[in-house]
Amino acid sequence: MNEVNVISLAPLLIVAAASVVVLVAITIRRNHAVAFVLTLLGLGAAFVSAFFTPPGQSTPLLLIDGYALFFFGLLTAASFLVALLAYGYLEARIGKKEEFYVLLLVATLGSMVLAASSHFASLFLGLEVLSVGLYGLIAYLRDRPIQVDAGIKYLVLAGSSSAFLAFGIALVYADLGTLDFAGIANLLRSQSNLNLTLLLPGTVLILTGIGFKLALAPFHMWTPDIYEGAPAPVSAFVATVSKGGMFALLLRYFGQSGADHFTPLLTVISILAIASMITGNLLALFSTNVKRILAYSSIAHMGYLLVTVEAASSMGRNAAAFYLVAYFIMTLGAFGVVTLRSGASRDADLIEDYRGLFWRNPTLALVFTAMLLSLAGLPLTVGFLAKVYVVAAGAAAQVWPLILVLVITSAIGLFYYLRVVTALYQAPSEAAQAPEPAPRIAPAVSLVLVVLTVLLIWFGCYPSPILRVIQSAIGNPV
Amino acid sequence: MMLAWLIFVLVGGAILSGIAARVHAALSRWIALLAVLADLAIGLDMAVTSFNSAGAAAGPWLREVNWQWIPQAAIRFHLGLDGLSVLLVLLTLVLGAVAVLVSWNDVARAAGFYYFNLLLVLAGIVGVLLALDLFLFYFSWELMLIPMYFLISVWGRGRSANAAIKFFLFTQLSGLLMLIAILALFFAHHQATGVYSFEYQDLLGTQLSFHVEMWIMLGFFAAFAVKLPMFPFQTWFTDACSEGATAPNMVLASLLAVTPAYAMIRFLLPLFPAATHAISTAVIVLAVIGILYGSILAFSQTNLMRLIAYASVGHLGFVLLGIFAGTPLALAGAVMTLLAHGISIGALFLVAGAVEKRVQSRDIESMGGLWDTIPKLSGVGLFFALAALGLPGMGDFIGEFLILIGTFRVHPVATIIAACGVLAATFYALRFVQRAFQGPNQHSWRLPDVMVREGFVMAILMIVLLWLGIYPQPIFRAFSQSANHVPVFWSER
Repeated sequence: MNEVNVISLAPLLIVAAASVVVLVAITIRRNHAVAFVLTLLGLGAAFVSAFFTPPGQSTPLLLIDGYALFFFGLLTAASFLVALLAYGYLEARIGKKEEFYVLLLVATLGSMVLAASSHFASLFLGLEVLSVGLYGLIAYLRDRPIQVDAGIKYLVLAGSSSAFLAFGIALVYADLGTLDFAGIANLLRSQSNLNLTLLLPGTVLILTGIGFKLALAPFHMWTPDIYEGAPAPVSAFVATVSKGGMFALLLRYFGQSGADHFTPLLTVISILAIASMITGNLLALFSTNVKRILAYSSIAHMGYLLVTVEAASSMGRNAAAFYLVAYFIMTLGAFGVVTLRSGASRDADLIEDYRGLFWRNPTLALVFTAMLLSLAGLPLTVGFLAKVYVVAAGAAAQVWPLILVLVITSAIGLFYYLRVVTALYQAPSEAAQAPEPAPRIAPAVSLVLVVLTVLLIWFGCYPSPILRVIQSAIGNPV
Repeated sequence: MMLAWLIFVLVGGAILSGIAARVHAALSRWIALLAVLADLAIGLDMAVTSFNSAGAAAGPWLREVNWQWIPQAAIRFHLGLDGLSVLLVLLTLVLGAVAVLVSWNDVARAAGFYYFNLLLVLAGIVGVLLALDLFLFYFSWELMLIPMYFLISVWGRGRSANAAIKFFLFTQLSGLLMLIAILALFFAHHQATGVYSFEYQDLLGTQLSFHVEMWIMLGFFAAFAVKLPMFPFQTWFTDACSEGATAPNMVLASLLAVTPAYAMIRFLLPLFPAATHAISTAVIVLAVIGILYGSILAFSQTNLMRLIAYASVGHLGFVLLGIFAGTPLALAGAVMTLLAHGISIGALFLVAGAVEKRVQSRDIESMGGLWDTIPKLSGVGLFFALAALGLPGMGDFIGEFLILIGTFRVHPVATIIAACGVLAATFYALRFVQRAFQGPNQHSWRLPDVMVREGFVMAILMIVLLWLGIYPQPIFRAFSQSANHVPVFWSER
């Protein structure tokens, strides 16, 4: 490994180092604020370094190109915001708080490795690092039975999905004799008559593993329970950083290995996309729990994102990147509101908890409205442009059935977002006891919400700057 | 540049009045009123100067603004003003000012958010009327939805939240179909010419096979037909009106309906001449059904707002008939009806709101005898009811008359049936007057008559309506400035 390659790894190294530094700091003296500030510094430094890191292949495992660096920036920024949310959230609760940040950094590192991996070994490595971090994060508040429940559920399901993934990788290796994405691409291109008996099941098993992490239907069962059970900031992390890294990998795997010209696989992806869009949106209709609604909505959003994989073009990749940016902003914002409303005893996850919020706290209600409308894909918000971009990428690739499903299910989706929005503006019901919001949460979380709302509107009305960044990092225009 | 201000003043006014409510509710409504009036002044100034220098404009547009917006996707901020759009923009702003004045003391809660939404709807409507970039058009089209949803939901009564959701789902789903159609057209244009463009002028001559043209056209048509509303999509409209507050109802019936009618004339017919011609007979049948359906159902309503909403459905059937008849005369009549319907139906909502405020009811059966106690308001109600039934001398008559003449040459049977709709309008209009205003004063009501603010607004609307009916020539001259963009199917005959 020569010098340049180490420099290319800078963002990863910074996050890894930050986790160690926080750990050491905890052993010296337990202090929530110190651990928090060190985490912010580490993530901030990693974010900034992503702009200055020279691209390059670092070992056969990691390809640090513009694409990876873009996702480094996105993931560290999201993690930064999650840390801000978590600080206020943890501060209001009893128990040891500092290890949360170690786990957060480790999980972020895993997600970043995923985004940069160009080899099945690094894929597996990144996935496991991410999962190990998440097991701890999900069950972090051990005094709540529901959280331990969620943690164990995630542990069991993630473990089995890793097994699927490992088995799939083994099958592909047995057939092709390489674990390198580029090597696989060469073989797929050069050999006209491939032996599909091992390759096809292998690829499908790999997709199962990936599908689990992305919560694509029919591998979505864990999502609502984990989202409901985990602390609100952790749910935000699972929805954004964990899925974002995995999706970056999926997109790269498809682009690099040439799997996007592999018709049977595209059919499988189409089925997953359609199933996710329909399942996510329909199940959300029957839920009265805001966290579960957001969980189902994230299933649906992953379905929309898969349309860009199906489009398999540089436009599709740009659309996916833009959609992820939008998805990160609005999901973090929505969970930010949930965090802000959550009390010390339980999270504010029922629609009832939000009834009449507008009349008590108009600003917060408007922010929540903006986030929900963006998730629903309405104009002035970034969610609208992102959805248009995805539909455009799909239209360019002429995948009309997918687009039709996307349009119909988004219309269904409106219904449950509107249900929450409507509740915000109704007269408050006296019967429901909203959890008493902890007063000390306010500053850090409010800051996050302000930043996210500004981004939401800014990118929703004038997306040129962020599109320029995406295009220079990932690919060509239209 | 001035053209862009038409939109920015409204958006800025919306934000300012939203913030100002934190200081004082009165400040909020004054800002809203001033913003709309300033916008109206800009619009009037533009109309006057443009028509004085008519013919001098080099391009097809009297005024134009063309800025970069999202260059990565070939999306431009392109606005253009011609005779047609200037008329409808002025209508929007006049009724917008009226809507602000009507709500003056009636918005009990969250006044800032109310005016924010109201002005944002107006901004969206003006955006639709000016947009020449199809993406900007869609953006403005969708921009109207959310604030309108809030206006219906938060400030309506009874089951207004459900009505608002229904409104939202209908319009949003049809809007998404239009989005697909816009993108399909975008890519079809690229395939034909190699150029990516959302520009109206570029897309105008796109070569499409009839099959493709039909599908894309239907995507657009779905959005327009639902929003107009065309029979059988009117259920969201009547539900929303029967639960909504006065000013939102005015905006919904008089202004929101303007946008799809305008969009048909501006986009649907010119972009897809063959496909629209192919469906024109079917649309005319639905339009005629809508005329009869609206008029007959209006007759049997007891909810005053719902009655007016059905009346509006009937009038909008005439507009649709005029647009799809495909003769210059009928088209001019459609534009005229659009303007007159906006004023007369808006004014009827205004009267109904004023009555409701006094008797605390929308039930027409519980009224009666109002003429004894509030003669001025009752007289105004009679005036606008007569306008709505198409009495000569007022705008509605001119518009519907022209539509009927223009259509008769091409669809005589449809014309005859539609003319019966005019007759049916007489019944509901007179029933409205008889039940609400005439008869004995059973409740021994002593109610305050028209107040200064109400009277001022009503007087303006009456004058405009009479002007449209007695001296409509300026309207037709303005419209003729744009008619050359609009294809007509039957001009040779």
